[in-house]
Amino acid sequence: MLEVKNLNAYYGRSHILQGVNLEIQEGEIVSLLGRNGVGRSTTCKAIMGLVVPQGTVKYQGEDIAGLPAHAIAHKGIGYVPEDRWIFPALTVLQNLQLGQKNAKQKGRWSFEDMYEMFPILYERSNLRAGLLSGGEQQMLTMCRTLMGDPDLVMIDEPTEGLAPNNVALVKNLISEIAARKISVLLVEQKLTIALKIANRLYVMGHGQIVFEGTPQEFQDNPEVRKEWLEV
Amino acid sequence: MEFYVISLLNSLVFGMLLFMLSSGLTLIFGMMGVLNFAHASFYMLGAYLGYQVSVFIGFWPALVIAPILVGIIGAGIERYGLRTVHKYGHVAELLFTFGLAFMIEELILLIWGRVALNYQVPASLDFTIFKLFESDFPAYRVFMLVVSVTMFVALYLMLTRTRTGIIIQAALTHAEGVGMLGHNVPRVFMIVFGGGSALAGLAGVIGGNYLVTSPSMAILLGPIVFVVIVVGGMGSLTGALIASLLIAALQTFAVGYDYSLVDLLTLFNIELGSEPLFPDLWRIKIENTGPLLPYLLMVVMLIFRPKGIMGERES
Repeated sequence: MLEVKNLNAYYGRSHILQGVNLEIQEGEIVSLLGRNGVGRSTTCKAIMGLVVPQGTVKYQGEDIAGLPAHAIAHKGIGYVPEDRWIFPALTVLQNLQLGQKNAKQKGRWSFEDMYEMFPILYERSNLRAGLLSGGEQQMLTMCRTLMGDPDLVMIDEPTEGLAPNNVALVKNLISEIAARKISVLLVEQKLTIALKIANRLYVMGHGQIVFEGTPQEFQDNPEVRKEWLEV
Repeated sequence: MEFYVISLLNSLVFGMLLFMLSSGLTLIFGMMGVLNFAHASFYMLGAYLGYQVSVFIGFWPALVIAPILVGIIGAGIERYGLRTVHKYGHVAELLFTFGLAFMIEELILLIWGRVALNYQVPASLDFTIFKLFESDFPAYRVFMLVVSVTMFVALYLMLTRTRTGIIIQAALTHAEGVGMLGHNVPRVFMIVFGGGSALAGLAGVIGGNYLVTSPSMAILLGPIVFVVIVVGGMGSLTGALIASLLIAALQTFAVGYDYSLVDLLTLFNIELGSEPLFPDLWRIKIENTGPLLPYLLMVVMLIFRPKGIMGERES
């Protein structure tokens, strides 16, 4: 479904992505691991068109590298950024509405679905989103992206800084996403979550993919963890 | 008492005119991060086009047609000029709008010449609407107030009740975030730039005959509009409204006070000698400082509250 070949990206003069290769199949949950600053978020942003990509990004057989972000979103890719980018002056409901690509869009997800999974969003639907807690904002960001009915969703560090009960909620939502046959690219620090829910995983180091395999293969290669993940 | 009531009304009229300019400028800045130096030039263009259209077919059609023309010109400049420059960063964009301001001014000089236009208040509005104490209050000022308040209400409803308005509000904080959700941000930029230009044009049409329509009108009003959006808080509409009214009041009221430092000293029974140091400084009257006060307010604001009255970011 998604095929990334020799992807390069720069911030000014720093060469952040140095030839990333990865692919995601239909309905797969793929985890992208790595230490901070190795280029995991940049990989997502380059796929989404938020950072200028060099190389090939093929989605459903079509090269989408270089398209503007809104066009890529319309192809069916969704992104949940690490720093959330909620719209603080708008209400929770308005944030969700902006997730829809137009006012009439109907997809796999309805407002009721979101409110059922996260009753707190229902209770606060008319409150300014800027007043939500960090965990609530994370839920809102994920739900907002899903309202656009993506076929592939890239989720960047969804559990960072969250309390344990919120981490559990996020985990449930990712399972629910997978249950609806949506592919997931999950950038995650917490190994336990990544190993539990991912079908396959990639490890990044120095702007490249340094390991690729199933969670089992990863467990069988403890030196990968030592070399590329442990601080 | 008469002075206060009349000054209050006048500052309301001038304040709402300022808001018509600053609302567009602050939205453009909040969204695109560009301080549009040519914004007051669109106001000037509105006045000139308003004059020209009203010569041909009258003031009332001009009131509608001229702002639309200015809006189309603004949208075109965004689409085919600013958007191309955008990828080279904010400095390039700033220089672009700077050059644009000069180009519009030169264009106006070429077409209409250097002398102020005989752009008059329409005859149908040229009468006294009421007498306050001993002063006549012109109907045209009431009309200006009606137009600007209507525009404010329309803008408010558009931004809070329509989907486009909500997208614009969202793009004020996170343009990238709006784009990745599938909304065409460049198109939203064009709408805002065109809309902001149209509002400036409208201000020109109704302000050009109230003030003066001359090639220097952009340079006269432009800096004040910048002060308004800095004091109000860049990107904040409510801030722009408050600052517009505040600065208009400051300028209007200052005109009515003819006290100077000499008067202050006399109050404390201090006599200035016949040849004091800087003799002129002591005799400057508050009414002469009117043009200076907005800038003083801006400087003080930048020192003590750099994000402005309602702003959420440092300016």
